[in-house]
Amino acid sequence: MNLAAHLPILPVVVPLISAPIAVLSRRGSVAFVLATAASWAALALAVALWMQIQSQGVISYAIGNWPPPWGIEYRIDALSAFVLVLVAGVAAIVLPYCRRSIEAELPREQHYLFYAMFALCLAGLLGIVATGDAFNIFVFVEIAALASYVLIALGRDRKALVASYQYLIMGTIGATFLVIGIGLLYLMTGTLNLADMRQRLAGVSDMRPVLTALAFITVGMSLKLALFPLHQWLPNAYAHAPSAVSAFLAATGAKVSVYVLLRFYFSVFGAGLVFEVGVGEVLLVLSLAAMFAASAAAIFQSDLKKLLAYSSVAQIGYITLGLSFGSVTGLTASIVHLFNHGITKAGLFMLAGGAVLVMRASSMSRLAGLGRTMPLTSFGIVLGGLGLIGVPGTAGFISKWNLIVAALERSQWWLVFAIVLSSLLAVVYVWRFVEVAYFRDPPESALPRRALPRSMAVAAWVMIAASIYFGLDSSLTLGSAASAAQMLMGARP
Amino acid sequence: MSQFGPFSYAVTVFLMVAGLYVVIARNNLIKKLVGLSIFQTAVYLLYIAPGKLIGGTAPIVAPGFDTYSNPLPHVLILTAIVVGIATMALGLALVVRIREAYDSIEEDDILREERSPR
Repeated sequence: MNLAAHLPILPVVVPLISAPIAVLSRRGSVAFVLATAASWAALALAVALWMQIQSQGVISYAIGNWPPPWGIEYRIDALSAFVLVLVAGVAAIVLPYCRRSIEAELPREQHYLFYAMFALCLAGLLGIVATGDAFNIFVFVEIAALASYVLIALGRDRKALVASYQYLIMGTIGATFLVIGIGLLYLMTGTLNLADMRQRLAGVSDMRPVLTALAFITVGMSLKLALFPLHQWLPNAYAHAPSAVSAFLAATGAKVSVYVLLRFYFSVFGAGLVFEVGVGEVLLVLSLAAMFAASAAAIFQSDLKKLLAYSSVAQIGYITLGLSFGSVTGLTASIVHLFNHGITKAGLFMLAGGAVLVMRASSMSRLAGLGRTMPLTSFGIVLGGLGLIGVPGTAGFISKWNLIVAALERSQWWLVFAIVLSSLLAVVYVWRFVEVAYFRDPPESALPRRALPRSMAVAAWVMIAASIYFGLDSSLTLGSAASAAQMLMGARP
Repeated sequence: MSQFGPFSYAVTVFLMVAGLYVVIARNNLIKKLVGLSIFQTAVYLLYIAPGKLIGGTAPIVAPGFDTYSNPLPHVLILTAIVVGIATMALGLALVVRIREAYDSIEEDDILREERSPR
């Protein structure tokens, strides 16, 4: 058997199989090794796929040798390879961080279950990206979502249970909307294969069910990716989940939902239809609302993790803003921001989680004087914060620069103004942390100066360093994003 | 199919809206889950109804039959039912844990307790 021929499915299968073995082992340490090995294997496979895409273009893999329009097809193109690398990469770096962080946050007898759930969540997220079959997307969305509800509910605070319950209700409604949309598309085309659907949609004369499907999929996935008015579940879920889970989900969960939206918009409906009916305008308004309202909400948070969660909602606004332009440049900006924000926010949540672990509280007042008690950690948070603002030299700058270029391309000067203005709001909420950490005295009850456990610090700093690196040398990320955007818009490079 | 078509769609839409209404309007965490379940079940109908042909048989080749119902929607919905059961089980498990932690399954009580410091 030639293993290379099965490359497209292996990143999904390896974590999926590691999960039940982890459960059977009933040992936290075994489960940890299994999940970590699976995530590193997934990363290696994703990178191999990405390199294969560069040389030979789209890879199609028929599961069980059933040819595509009838069987389930896994289809890897420039966009999916890019997102696969992001998801597997974040998992591979968050998992070593988990070990110490989870030891502190969970009772020992739950460790193996945690790692099993983590591996399942990873498998689900990778599956969503790899598959080329509409119903398969729904199933993987639910696998990833069910695993993440459990992961969030494991948080130490009882509020985590309520946050997880609310996420379950919202997430299930979102996924059910998606499946309604897929059902309508299936009724109209008689196929579930995305590529086949695209061809058959061209011949559909009655457009109304197709537009209804577009609406259902847009709303359903907007719930999942926490687009502005539908983001209510996100701040609580991210703030009360275990720190490692916040880092992983903030970097991958919403991003994969954006991927699904991109996949349906450009590979199934086609950019022409989507932007003709005004989806672009709706997304534009909601993205601007997200950028301002969520940034403003972040300023008034008294809890560091909640502040970061609201900032995520705002940053998702930038991603959908690029999408709403419906141009190659805008799409490039949104895909590159998907990656850049993913690694920056993962690093931030990991460092914040470390600070919370050491200081035993996440409220800003308890973190006062963090610059003195934990100098390296708070310096890292400031570096990550600069990335959120979009200061030149960080990854965030690259995405905002491209977003501004895309806005100028449409000669919408006021949008440039709006992007810069909302970045100023980001300056305010990052400054709030700086003020608390560097200009306030540590509270009386503060512990003596302490450092993070080494495995946690290394993992978090890898992410922060990556967000600086991709800000200085953007050829890799920007190049991949640009070729993915060109592929989506149909102008094959 | 023709005489059942509009009827089945009306039922589907009614169940969908009713389920979603229960999710939004009820405060009881279990009632919310019941609404969610009704909403999901309505989607099963959306798939199954068009797959059934009046007078069609199961898709097994046999002499004398040439009209078959489409098996694919049934297979898909089998998967969706499994997903629905998993969601429901997880949701109910969460409600049990919430009741242990808050001693209530009414959303109002939980929110009130959240706001007031313990």
